[in-house]
Amino acid sequence: MIAIVKYNAGNIRSVQNAVSRLGFESRITDDPAELMSAEKVIFPGVGEAGSAMAYLRKSGLDRIIPEIKVPVLGICLGLQLLCRHSEESDTECLGVFDADVKLFPPVDKIPHMGWNDFITVKGKLFKNVSKDDNVYYVHSYYAEISSQTTATCEYIVPFSAAMNRNNFHATQFHPEKSALVGETILRNFLQL
Amino acid sequence: MLKRRIIPCLDIRDGRTVKGINFVNIIDAGDPVALARSYAEQGADELVFLDITATIEKRKAFAGLVERIAAEINIPFTVGGGINNVDDVAVLIKAGADKITINSSAVKRPDLIKEIASEFGSQCVVVAIDTKFTEDGWKVFVNGGRMITPFKTVPWAKKAEELGAGEILLTSMNTDGTKSGFSLDITAEVSRKVNIPVIASGGAGTMQHFRDVFFNTGCSAALAASIFHFGEINIQDLKKYLKSENIAVR
Repeated sequence: MIAIVKYNAGNIRSVQNAVSRLGFESRITDDPAELMSAEKVIFPGVGEAGSAMAYLRKSGLDRIIPEIKVPVLGICLGLQLLCRHSEESDTECLGVFDADVKLFPPVDKIPHMGWNDFITVKGKLFKNVSKDDNVYYVHSYYAEISSQTTATCEYIVPFSAAMNRNNFHATQFHPEKSALVGETILRNFLQL
Repeated sequence: MLKRRIIPCLDIRDGRTVKGINFVNIIDAGDPVALARSYAEQGADELVFLDITATIEKRKAFAGLVERIAAEINIPFTVGGGINNVDDVAVLIKAGADKITINSSAVKRPDLIKEIASEFGSQCVVVAIDTKFTEDGWKVFVNGGRMITPFKTVPWAKKAEELGAGEILLTSMNTDGTKSGFSLDITAEVSRKVNIPVIASGGAGTMQHFRDVFFNTGCSAALAASIFHFGEINIQDLKKYLKSENIAVR
C-alpha cells in the first residue's frame, strides 16, 4: 500500500489519481501507524509553509515523517518542508535535507509557473529521463542547491529540482501533472 | 528555460463540449474528457474548462465532470464558470481541479480573490479579464462582455495581483472570434505591469499569431478555443513551428 500523507495542503487528490493511473493502490492518511507500515509514502503539497508546519506539529507528524524507513517522495511544498528552514513565514522545517528554502528574487515573474527542463539530472528517480525533458512547476520559493540535490533547474537562479537523502526523495516539480515524463518519474519512485 | 504555454479552452454546457470538432481519433466529439485527452496527447501544456451552463442545478453536475477529468488527464487544468464564493471553489478543488478562474464575480467583489487565495493559495487563482478598447482606453467588461465597468484594464490587473491572483487570463474582445491575431498592445502592457504570469487570449487564427504574441509581448501562455476544436491548428504542428521561430515551447 502506498500512503499519501494527509495534511492541510491541496493537490492530494491529483497525486492519488496519478498513482492509480500507474496501477498502484494508495491511501490518503495521517495515521502514524499506517504511515509507518506503508510500502512507500508520498508527501505532497501545495500551500503555505508556515501553516503546513503548524499543522504537522499539531498532529505530531513532524516527528513521524523523518522517522519513516521506507521510500518517501516529497512533492513541491513537500520538498520544501523536508528542508531545514523556509523563508516563507520564517518557518523551521523538518530538516531531512541540509538546505534552506528561499524566495525567488523579484526580477522575473513569480511564481515560477509552467514547464521547464533540467540543467542536470542524476539518480534512480530519473531513469529514462533526460535533462531536456520538461516538467511542470508552480512555486515562489526554492530549495538551494546542496550535496543532496539530484536534479537542478534554473529560473532566475539555479535551484534544486529534486533531492535525495537515504530513503527520502523529493521533487520541486509536480510529477503528477507532468504528462509522460512525470509518469516515468513517479513510476521510478513506485518501483524503488 | 521556462517554456511558453499553449492552452486550449473548452466550453462546457450540461457536461458536454459545446463547439464541434473533426478529430478522426475521437469517437464522441462532445465528450470533454475525450477531447481533453486528445489535446494532452498532442502536447497541450494546460487546459481550461469553462462551464457555460445556465442553471445552478446543472452546474453542480460540473463537479462530476471535473472529477473525471482529474482522474484521466495528466497535465494541469483550470475550471471556471459561475464561481461566486469560496464554497464554489472548494467543490471544484476537491473534485481535482488545479486552478479556478473567476471573472465577473471578482469585479463585483474584489475581495473574493483574496478569500480564495488565502484558502487555497495564489497559484490556483486565475483572474480572467475581458477587455475592450473604448474611447476611454482599455476597459474591463463583465457578464460575458455584455456590460462595461468603470475599471481600466491595467489598474484592475494590478489590483487583482495585489489581492492574490496567481495569474491573469486576458481576453481582448476586440479580437476575440475574429481570427485576426491577439491584441499585442494591451497584452504587452499588462504583462509588463504585473509580476504574475499573463495568458493571452482572443484572436488566434494562424500559427503566426502565436509566434507574434510570444515574440512581441511578455505573456507566459496563449489560449485559444475554436482553432483547436475545429482542427484548423494541430498543437503538435504549432509547437514545431514555434520552435523553428525560436520561441521556447515544450
